[in-house]
Amino acid sequence: MAFEYAPAPESRSVVDIAPSYGLFIDGEFREASDGKVFKTVSPSTEEVLSEVAQASAEDVDAAVKAARKAFEKWSALPGSERAKYLFRIARIIQERSRELAVLETLDNGKPIKETRDADLPLVAAHFFYYAGWADKLGHAGFGANPKPLGVAGQVIPWNFPLLMLAWKIAPALAAGNTVVLKPAETTPLSALFFADICRQAGLPKGVVNILTGDGTAGAALVAHDGIDKVAFTGSTAVGKAIARTVAGTDKRLSLELGGKGANIVFDDAPIDQAVEGIVNGIFFNQGQVCCAGSRLLVQESIQDELLDALKRRMSTLRVGDPLDKNTDVGAINSAEQLARITALADSGEAEGAERWAPACELPDAGYWFAPTIFTNVTQAHRIAREEIFGPVLSVLSFRTPAEAVAKANNSQYGLSAGIWTEKGSRMLAVADKLRAGVIWANTFNKFDPTSPFGGYKESGFGREGGRHGLEAYLDV
Amino acid sequence: MPTVPANGNEAAERLASMAAVTASDGALRRFLHGLPGVDPVGLEARAAALGTRSIKTTAKAYAIDLAISMIDLTTLEGADTPGKVRALSAKALNPDPTDRETPRTAAVCVYPDMVATAAEAVRGSDVKVASVATAFPAGRAALPVKLADTADAVAAGAHEIDMVIDRGAFLAGRYLSVFEEIKAVKEACRRPDGSAARLKVIFETGELSTYDNIRRASWLGMLAGADFIKTSTGKVAVNATPANTLLMLEAVRDFRDATGVQVGVKPAGGIRTTKDAMKFLVLVNETVGEEWLTNEWFRFGASSLLNDLLMQRQKLSTGRYSGPDYVTVD
Repeated sequence: MAFEYAPAPESRSVVDIAPSYGLFIDGEFREASDGKVFKTVSPSTEEVLSEVAQASAEDVDAAVKAARKAFEKWSALPGSERAKYLFRIARIIQERSRELAVLETLDNGKPIKETRDADLPLVAAHFFYYAGWADKLGHAGFGANPKPLGVAGQVIPWNFPLLMLAWKIAPALAAGNTVVLKPAETTPLSALFFADICRQAGLPKGVVNILTGDGTAGAALVAHDGIDKVAFTGSTAVGKAIARTVAGTDKRLSLELGGKGANIVFDDAPIDQAVEGIVNGIFFNQGQVCCAGSRLLVQESIQDELLDALKRRMSTLRVGDPLDKNTDVGAINSAEQLARITALADSGEAEGAERWAPACELPDAGYWFAPTIFTNVTQAHRIAREEIFGPVLSVLSFRTPAEAVAKANNSQYGLSAGIWTEKGSRMLAVADKLRAGVIWANTFNKFDPTSPFGGYKESGFGREGGRHGLEAYLDV
Repeated sequence: MPTVPANGNEAAERLASMAAVTASDGALRRFLHGLPGVDPVGLEARAAALGTRSIKTTAKAYAIDLAISMIDLTTLEGADTPGKVRALSAKALNPDPTDRETPRTAAVCVYPDMVATAAEAVRGSDVKVASVATAFPAGRAALPVKLADTADAVAAGAHEIDMVIDRGAFLAGRYLSVFEEIKAVKEACRRPDGSAARLKVIFETGELSTYDNIRRASWLGMLAGADFIKTSTGKVAVNATPANTLLMLEAVRDFRDATGVQVGVKPAGGIRTTKDAMKFLVLVNETVGEEWLTNEWFRFGASSLLNDLLMQRQKLSTGRYSGPDYVTVD
């Protein structure tokens, strides 16, 4: 190509990663009680970034006790005082956003363009937004003086590590709860940096506790008697296990689980923008997004034209070094996830769908999967029903709006959907019939702290974001 | 279908195959209104996203030289004199007196009465003379006047004509009248020897106002035989923007897919810095690709842009910033 972009890597020197990290309990970093540690690697190079503590059941107990102790004073503070801490945290996040963006890209594998322009601005926005609610809880529609729940046990996924932390911690703290949060095993670092930000902001000890570890630490946390609330974002299988664990207790539960979002393109859609929306819907964050538009439902009369345009656009996607500012698609988060994506994509081929990916050179080290689409997919194919959680799009067609709605709703999930049409009446009519928690019209994957987010059916229950997000952390 | 340039003889045959859509005002309206709509939020978001590309080192050097070679170096003032036009032409021929390796600009762009002066000044070089015509910039004159204006510029030696469309007729929905006028001007671009000046059609996108209108105007202009479609005159509040240029690039891409005829794009007005120019080149690169990355098919209508490109070029070769006294003021 004549106009080759020279490498434009973001500097790693803005972030200082320590060789090892402890658990953040009661305002201090400490080793795991049994001294166990595990390594976290950079998915794009497989380089070991750091060694972090593996929390034991004893550590979980200590963290919950610290949170319980802190709860009394924290919940008794006037909302305006809690707000000051949250505003301070938000400002520190903004000040340190470049550092945190590079860190997140290193630990997660997503492009710096995304951490810089999407993750970090949204993280700060969530803290600012819920800081604003802290002294206005009486006006949120949950009674004159709603009370917090107590200690929240929160378990978050690896796809948006810091953003999911913000979604969980900001409303919990604003409402007067204290938290014990477990980041995902493969992406613990940004949560540990957040622990440092809590100290920098002077947050009282024990209000935020961070426990790193694998699934056993998460299981111990949600089963602990001392917590009043469980909030989980992750896979539907784990969500179901958690629901079984808390059944019969008085713990509140909110779950944000998988999805198989339908992106519906009608024949009168703004085609160029629809193509952008499809690309953004499935290749943003390598498709590792619970609300990804992983099913493209396209009206048969424009299918060929749209697919040609989509393939042409996909050929311009730049896959590679996540730290390069011009990279559009980065690395898959882990070898395990890569294996899952590979297996499901292979099943698509085996079941007779047609596979296509643009020519792109993938790096030798690290975990990579080329942006891929499957055409000739039917509702009976596994790739049309199961969440792939990777850069793989299944293309199905429809003939009428009624068929589009029926196919879109024919899923065990109901998290997100997209509608592309220039006709406002059709947009509203179709949105009304879709059973999905979030419906985007002529756009996709747009997030805002003021907007509630959550699912129908096996995509979970409870809402995060907006005024609705407060309900999950108030005794109402 | 093989690609042919809009200014060649084959293009006329290809366009004849589209004659059905321009057969009547009704047919043309149905065709233009049948084009896919444009979602403004999505279009602007895409243009802004491409604006975040980081163009460094070798890529920057390439882009700066390419941008210089794509400039239609422009003076369109009531105060233009032969002296001013000669100075501008000298600048086009030799943009940086301290570095003769610097590429020349694509063209100088002047009013019709200055064409002879400019043609004399650039004679023997590959720098073209472009002339605005058709009662630029408002276009408010009778058709015979516009055609005479065009023919006069061509006769004086203009290689390229930048015409304005009748925005009033377009906004009133008289698409066929706009179409016929462009066709007539294209005819007036012919020289006695059978060759023709290339025709750039200016839409004045700031006055068309909506992106849907810009897409329709783009197809209308291309169907009528435009060699280039151009955003603006530089004389209104909103001129070239990344979003309207992206939209026009999509239009020339789709038009080539449909007809096999390749048409150029010229954003004009408001592009002043190297950074701006790079963003436009990224739009070209990632929307229509390298076939448009030459001054045959992409131009910048600009004046102050050149000196900023030259300063950035000097910075790349010397490693330090010079300043406005190290480039010529013309």
